[in-house]
Amino acid sequence: MTPAVALRGLTRRFGDVTAVSDVTLAVERGELFGIVGPDGAGKTTTLRKLAGVLGPREGDAQVLGVSVARDPERVKPHVAYMSQRFGLYEDLTVGENIEFYADLYRVPRAERPARLERLYRFSSLGPFQSRLAGNLSGGMKQKLSLSCALIHHPEVLLLDEPTFGVDPISRRDLWLILHEMVAEGVTVVVTTSYLDEAERCDRVALLDHGRVLALDSPARLQERLPGRLLAVRTNDPRRARELLKKLEGVRRAELFGDTVHLRFEQAAADETRVRSALTAAGIEVLAIEPLEPSLEDVFMELVAGAGNGANEELPDAETSREG
Amino acid sequence: MRADPARVHELTRRFGDFTAVDRVTFAVRHGEIFGFLGPNGAGKTTTIKMLTGLLRPTQGEGWVDGLDIGRQPDLIRRRIGYMSQRFSLYPDLRVDENIALFAGLYGIAGARFDDRRSWVLAMAGLLGRERSLTGELPLGFKQRLALGCAVLHEPPILFLDEPTSGVDPVARRAFWDLIDSLASAGTTVLVTTHYMEEAEYCHRLALMNRGRLIALDTPAALKTRLEHPIFEVRTDRPPVAVEALRGAAGVVDAALFGRAVHVVVEDETTARSRIPEVLAARACAFHGMRRVPPALEDVFVWLVRREGGAVEG
Amino acid sequence: MRLGAVARKEWIQLRRDVRSMILAFVLPMFLLLFFGYAIRWDIRDIPLAVLDQDGSPQSRELVEAFEASGYFSVKERPGAAREVADLLARGTVRAALIIPPGFAVDLAAAAGSGGEAGGAAGTDRSAPVQLLLDGSDANTATISLGYADAIVARYSSRVLLQGREVVLPVRAEPRVWYNPTLESANMIVPALVAVIMSIIAAMLTALTISREWERGTMEQLASTPVHRLEVVLGKLIPYLGIGAVDVSIAVAAGILVFGVPFRGSVLLLGALTLLFLIGALGVGMFISATLKSQVLATQAAIVATYLPALLLSGFLFDIASMPVVLRGITYIVPARYYVAVTRGIFLKGVGADVLWVQGLFMALFAAVGLGLATRMFRKEIG
Repeated sequence: MTPAVALRGLTRRFGDVTAVSDVTLAVERGELFGIVGPDGAGKTTTLRKLAGVLGPREGDAQVLGVSVARDPERVKPHVAYMSQRFGLYEDLTVGENIEFYADLYRVPRAERPARLERLYRFSSLGPFQSRLAGNLSGGMKQKLSLSCALIHHPEVLLLDEPTFGVDPISRRDLWLILHEMVAEGVTVVVTTSYLDEAERCDRVALLDHGRVLALDSPARLQERLPGRLLAVRTNDPRRARELLKKLEGVRRAELFGDTVHLRFEQAAADETRVRSALTAAGIEVLAIEPLEPSLEDVFMELVAGAGNGANEELPDAETSREG
Repeated sequence: MRADPARVHELTRRFGDFTAVDRVTFAVRHGEIFGFLGPNGAGKTTTIKMLTGLLRPTQGEGWVDGLDIGRQPDLIRRRIGYMSQRFSLYPDLRVDENIALFAGLYGIAGARFDDRRSWVLAMAGLLGRERSLTGELPLGFKQRLALGCAVLHEPPILFLDEPTSGVDPVARRAFWDLIDSLASAGTTVLVTTHYMEEAEYCHRLALMNRGRLIALDTPAALKTRLEHPIFEVRTDRPPVAVEALRGAAGVVDAALFGRAVHVVVEDETTARSRIPEVLAARACAFHGMRRVPPALEDVFVWLVRREGGAVEG
Repeated sequence: MRLGAVARKEWIQLRRDVRSMILAFVLPMFLLLFFGYAIRWDIRDIPLAVLDQDGSPQSRELVEAFEASGYFSVKERPGAAREVADLLARGTVRAALIIPPGFAVDLAAAAGSGGEAGGAAGTDRSAPVQLLLDGSDANTATISLGYADAIVARYSSRVLLQGREVVLPVRAEPRVWYNPTLESANMIVPALVAVIMSIIAAMLTALTISREWERGTMEQLASTPVHRLEVVLGKLIPYLGIGAVDVSIAVAAGILVFGVPFRGSVLLLGALTLLFLIGALGVGMFISATLKSQVLATQAAIVATYLPALLLSGFLFDIASMPVVLRGITYIVPARYYVAVTRGIFLKGVGADVLWVQGLFMALFAAVGLGLATRMFRKEIG
């Protein structure tokens, strides 16, 4: 079976800026695939390319075995795309927006009541059918966008930062809907700048400056940093941090409230050395615990490994987000 | 005794029928990093705008550095630094031209200007790039330069409105280092964010939802507010497990968390036996469970739900 | 079905947008009433100063002839030539008639010699009067001069022919067709319908595609299987309806408010109006698809339609008397054809046998406008 999505050597330039540089990846059918990275990493460009809303340029993207560059219109009926910016009509009601998209995708009238019923249950938008979309809260708007995207039962769902700025409760609801879609066999490709969210995906591509830094399951990615993180709680966190920063083998020491997070170089964390250094300086150690690495830790490690500090960060290549 | 850097009482702001900020009361201490955490539309930005004199409160009162926000906004503006969520420097000016502009606005001249200029360039990592066009700088640098310009006049109180929005994790951590060093030097920092992870950098957090202040405490203390134990449950089908657990007896809430399920339960011992049973009933493989400390997100969601739930729409 | 969906959606949005509704229905009526009343080419009661230095019955007769014409009204009777200059300078009067001393004597002599010889000698035996005109408003001045010439000519021929029976060898018998009273409202209102509609049509549609780009809804729309032509035509339909309603109201207002005669076929006007509207809406759509910004598109629509429609459609200036280059340009101004259509159907009552040329050109425009709009509208970003 052909993969749901395949990118081969995808490159996209805007003037001098290379937004996406030689990205190659494949998403299997029924997979929940995350594309993660900061603004300007090329997430939006990649997704737009897959959705067939970017012109044909270098490299090819295939969705369900069809080349997007050559035949974007043949791909579109089977795909749903949810843009980063709210893309629905604020001066249309919830019901009118869904109806409009049902018409565009030629959803048979007979099937609509059942589909609508299900979407309204998913999204809990039922009571707001006649409310103007512009008067919905951020989370509800995203659920409406998702409902419009799902009305035609797409095989591939492309979502560009669906949870940006959404409250945690709506965010949980949205992810639950995504998981249900995946359970039904829909392939979901989702971009996010929240690295904690990416942990919910089957596989994750870490994107930075238009390049794929790593592609694997979150668990395997996290295994790349075994036992190298410590959380240190003391009675004088600021001084402890200054001290531990200079400790040999420590790559980073960061202050989170009253806790210092330590990340060690290649070697495993050395708890005893930390404890003795602090005690010698007269700082009382309250607790030292190993920390499970987050995807963010992995990301930072990879960025540093790629010799790719903040210095080489790209200017905003993608359309800037609404404030 | 000096006045609190910022203090508000029953502060309210309405736009038409919409109450953006609803009877909010708090006081900020000296040298504190005071965070406002909440989703878009929770009222964080509106609160900051009222404190900085950009918006007039509909009701209630507030003081910044002892000055009344309703009556003395002009005096307040001289005592504070402000950096908005929108990049506020002129992109078509060079780095040093932007610094000179802000120096002019704050009336900084002579030796002090030279001094402050070098300080900003150093802290933003822009030494040697004074002649670069600001608009062409990478976002992380822009943000640090904007912060530098906001504190050019060494204000005792600094307001930051979503300063790290869109910045990559590396630059974001560098930015928080700067904020932390400013606070160590005695500056009081009020900052908004919607990143839960980022909120952990703050000394105290005001959790906001739909205009209301739902909790105010240190991140560590907030986590103890959740009176119920939390279990992290591993299973092969997390969404199904969530659905099954949500209705189960003794379960307060269940949610996806990464690839695991976070289950808030009423009682630890019964949960240990109940959860595997519920999963088995829905043919979900049980890969183990362990009690975990609550994440800020768990606390946030629980507090909102306890308040009678989010009024959607 | 998709076409209908786009059209329905567009109509709902239009209905809910107060600005669009004002632009669609209030503005055209306002423009029609405003221009309909403001633009008048027939000038009456031009304020006139008279300095009669002769004071004879003949001179008084000439002044009376001026007043009786209705075109002039004597506002001032200054005592000296100096005052005349002052009155003109201050704008109290737009014209001044100065009858020199000895007018009656000269007149008698001229009549005598003209009657006897009728030849070359007559030229130096005339009775001169002086007419001063305020040339700062060249239009009024030219028209005043024409009127004054005619009054003086008629007066002199009366003097000349007094008591005689002469048959002039050539005599023109003017008869004005279509607009016998030369009412300027009859000229203006039908053409105004054309001018206003070409502006409104382009401005309405100029917003429609650019707005979707600005608001971010286009990105979503572009990801669906909807065809470009379905978007362009779907958006066109509601505006076509609005345009048709506007023209109907304007035509009714022309007949009922301005009393313009309607002599031709309503059906023909309707058909040609639709052709014209499709072209004009297509131009706006093309601008909107090209510029992707509401502000730019509106400005471009005004420049591309308002000025040409006003200046080059034959509405204000006669196309036949334009310089060759400008005349050439008028061929690509759709309003030019529609002005000919409205004037033709309103005033001349002509039919398809005459107006098919205009119809053909407008159909060409509609095709090109829609073609360009569809071509420029891409379901792509950047």
